[in-house]
Amino acid sequence: MKALRNYLNKIKPAFEKEGKLHAFRSLFDGFETFLFVPNTTAKKGVHIHDAIDSKRIMSMVVIALMPALLFGMYNVGYQNAMASGLDASFTDMFIFGLLAVMPKVLVSYIVGLGIEFAWAQWKNEEIQEGYLVSGILIPLIVPVNLPLWMLAIAVAFAVIIGKEIFGGTGMNIFNPALLARAFLFFAYPQKMTGDQAWIADSPIFGFGGQVPDGFSGATPLSHLDSYAFNMDAVYGLIPGSIGETSVIAIAIGALILLCTGIASWKTMLSVFAGGILTALLFESLEMTPIHWYEHIVLGGFCFGAVFMATDPVTSCRTECGKWIYGFLIGAVAIVVRVMNPGFPEGMMLAILLMNMFAPTIDYFVVDRNISKRMKRGGTK
Amino acid sequence: MNLNPNGHFALVPDDFEGVVPKIVVREGDVVKAGDALFVNKLYPEVRFASPVSGKVTAVERGERRKVLCVKVEADAQQQYVDFGKKDVSKMDGKAVVDALLEAGLFGYIDQLPYAISTNPTVMPKAIFVSALRDKPLAGSFEFEVKGQEADFQTGLTALSKIAKTYLGVGVDSSLEGVKDVEVNVFKGKCPAGNVGVQVNNIDPVNKGEVVWTIGDPSVVLFIGRLLNTGKVDLRRTVALCGSEVKKPCYVDMLVGEELSTLLSNSYDADHSVRIINGNVLTGRVTTKEGFLGAHTSEITVIPEGDDNNEMLGWIMPRFNQFSVNRSYFSWLFGKKEYALDARVKGGERHMIMSGEYDKVLPMDIFGEYLIKAIIAGDIDKMEQLGIYEVAPEDFALAEFVDSSKLELQRIVREGLNNLRKENA
Repeated sequence: MKALRNYLNKIKPAFEKEGKLHAFRSLFDGFETFLFVPNTTAKKGVHIHDAIDSKRIMSMVVIALMPALLFGMYNVGYQNAMASGLDASFTDMFIFGLLAVMPKVLVSYIVGLGIEFAWAQWKNEEIQEGYLVSGILIPLIVPVNLPLWMLAIAVAFAVIIGKEIFGGTGMNIFNPALLARAFLFFAYPQKMTGDQAWIADSPIFGFGGQVPDGFSGATPLSHLDSYAFNMDAVYGLIPGSIGETSVIAIAIGALILLCTGIASWKTMLSVFAGGILTALLFESLEMTPIHWYEHIVLGGFCFGAVFMATDPVTSCRTECGKWIYGFLIGAVAIVVRVMNPGFPEGMMLAILLMNMFAPTIDYFVVDRNISKRMKRGGTK
Repeated sequence: MNLNPNGHFALVPDDFEGVVPKIVVREGDVVKAGDALFVNKLYPEVRFASPVSGKVTAVERGERRKVLCVKVEADAQQQYVDFGKKDVSKMDGKAVVDALLEAGLFGYIDQLPYAISTNPTVMPKAIFVSALRDKPLAGSFEFEVKGQEADFQTGLTALSKIAKTYLGVGVDSSLEGVKDVEVNVFKGKCPAGNVGVQVNNIDPVNKGEVVWTIGDPSVVLFIGRLLNTGKVDLRRTVALCGSEVKKPCYVDMLVGEELSTLLSNSYDADHSVRIINGNVLTGRVTTKEGFLGAHTSEITVIPEGDDNNEMLGWIMPRFNQFSVNRSYFSWLFGKKEYALDARVKGGERHMIMSGEYDKVLPMDIFGEYLIKAIIAGDIDKMEQLGIYEVAPEDFALAEFVDSSKLELQRIVREGLNNLRKENA
């Protein structure tokens, strides 16, 4: 450890201004703070600081996403084996899934972080950790058959247009990961919907089987009329975006986020409340063929509620606003699903829509405080 | 009084926020305790008294000739200006203010809005005194006031002649029985003792109103002693504390006294430490050669921590680190003692997490929105969101817990200064 520290101290001058490698300063900075907690001390203000920083927070979210990622890999292998009729062991299925999913994670991180590093260098800022989370969210919310080049374009779009032009992590209006998905959804709809997108169809390095042509592997949401609910939907053994299928894996992630206090339980709870109540309403009006709990379990509802709606930057920031924001996400998601046959999945659109309205909700909450203050000043 | 006869004393204008000093003594002048060393340039009637009698040895200046401090070398035999004993019960508000102005103590009283040393041109709607010292490692005021209850009562009575006076105390305080003021008991942890928090919860400041605040209750003792004895006596009890201090203790000191005697041999000098004039949340960095601040009730010594190279902090368990966030484990260990150092422990980011400030800001104010308005320089918004009700110290805990590591106290101070300029 000491040797490493000394080595970093030795090469540091090359990255400072006037140094030979100044063009890579942000990269060096990024790695240095990744390896060592910065030991700069407080110059102004409080002399002691809490040990929490944004690296720790983002790491916790990545950890919370691990169960969904790992299960997603297994499920990719499982779906392939089911569709191809291959008799594969658990390990084979997992390795197939790993081989199918890992390239997406790598592309997402390489493209996204590459842009982040370059941007930080250009703006002379520190690297922001926000993309550590987006970078893993994006592969988890796309179909397994999405070509890597499309993913790369979507990532670039999300990072540049979705985040950096607003000023980086903390300033963005829309959740970057969902923006990447929305970009793909509208730019390449044939790769994001239908019955060919969700099941990996050919072997990789000898793992997995060949899925016969014309095999239909549609998600339950897109053929609700003929769908019969079973517990596979809770375990996650159904076709769908890579990380969204398993309610159990997502629940483990939710537990981590809630225990560490990183995600707001208010937002999470109210998304479910909004979704359940709206689904019950449609059920009682006989407008939807499935039960309320199926609406919650199927598709990206849980994943969105746990990992997307709770993004602190793009959600409401006031405590009262969080209740409203979450409730409306749940409600709108079900409304989109039920009332618009063109969009079998409504979660993405619901969250992006509410991202847009979050500042407005906050505005009214804060405005109440302001008018209370004005009134107090006027009457005295 | 235990006074070091050869000691150097210094009065630091920066201890009186918002005061632009005009020096009224020259090097070599002989002063008595109570003579003015400098006055407020904008309100020359606000004088700042020398804590000791002796010879003015230096007026130290820094960049752009800013006055850093006025140094006085104390006489062996202390001489006091006699301002005359007064019978407080027969004084009116104006007489009290005049007495404080004359003796150079008036500037110790602060005000909201702007959280600055106040001036005598606008009378306050109320005066708030907080005797609840709840900042980290703070000395107990109940301990300090023991044996000086009469002076404390006199001080409070005098203040109550100026305007309705509120005294904030903690639970089970020996001060609950004081007269002439409204006593409020505050249950809860820091920052319940912040006078700004108390004002906000009892009688918030509206635009155009002025409230006088005394967040440092020793000032009430100064006032009481002046009226009871006719002398300026800036003696106070100071807690020597912090994880680096070998033997934490209370000491009696005078405002402006040199710290070197107190600090010699009190901590191990083999690694770098940070000496703080005040507590770890709101104090100023000082050195062994520094002087006791005008409002300082603690001298804190903590490790600087710049030689601490922790690896992979984003994932290691870090059991020895304190955090209010549950991604660390300090919440599992209950009340364990931690030796916090002065590291920031992270890079500055935009505001990412929401609700962090509100948990430690018990005021009817949206902290995040106020900070954003200040950063954006939006004066209307700042006013609407209640900037007149806050002092930088109210954001000290928020600054401690902030995962984005923003310098909130500096931001609030700049916002207040900006607004004061605009409204002038």
